[in-house]
Amino acid sequence: MFKLEKRFAEEITDHARSEVPNECCGLVAGKDGSALQLYRCDSAEKSPYRYYVDPKDQIRIMRELDQKGWDLIGIYHSHTHTEAYPSKTDVELAFYPEALYFIVSLEKPEAPVIRAFWIIDGEITEEEVIVA
Amino acid sequence: MSVQVQVPQIFRKHTGGAKTVSAEGKTVREVLENLDKSYPGLRDRLQDGKGLHPFVNIYRNDEDIRFLGYLETEVHEGDTISILPAVAGGG
Repeated sequence: MFKLEKRFAEEITDHARSEVPNECCGLVAGKDGSALQLYRCDSAEKSPYRYYVDPKDQIRIMRELDQKGWDLIGIYHSHTHTEAYPSKTDVELAFYPEALYFIVSLEKPEAPVIRAFWIIDGEITEEEVIVA
Repeated sequence: MSVQVQVPQIFRKHTGGAKTVSAEGKTVREVLENLDKSYPGLRDRLQDGKGLHPFVNIYRNDEDIRFLGYLETEVHEGDTISILPAVAGGG
């Protein structure tokens, strides 16, 4: 079970809405498995079907995390027209077994859904998300 | 020329769990070749026959080597080479 503060859930949803029709993406930094800060990222691939965190954003953020003693604990992106479940591409390109993959679905725009998954060696395991 | 190489978690099974390893070389290509001697199999995770895997990014200090000299990017004593797989996907 992962406790996601309401402000972070809202920020992910706001980001997703602001990028429509394209997918949004970002990183979740934290410590001991708790989120401390979200980093909105530019997608190098502006597309309704793909995301690719801009490598320049990525290195800058990773350095900042090192300086602060934080870890990359999560990665988020949006699905604009499908459910909040990892796609085949999401699984193929999941290179961060230490991160929880958050997906926000805007399939029903008035009722966004955030779910989270571990994607390790091609295996998907859902982690329950409690927004509080 | 000795440099520090930061290895992401997904590839640490090749380095016995080490997050940072040292390697010799005058270019990124040489560093990767030498790394593979110490940590067999690591290079295959980073490169295919043509070059860098499309979803692997390598940085010399904070600069993406694709915008420097790619695999021929020179490295200097004390540089940090960071391997960061892409954060990517899509629904």
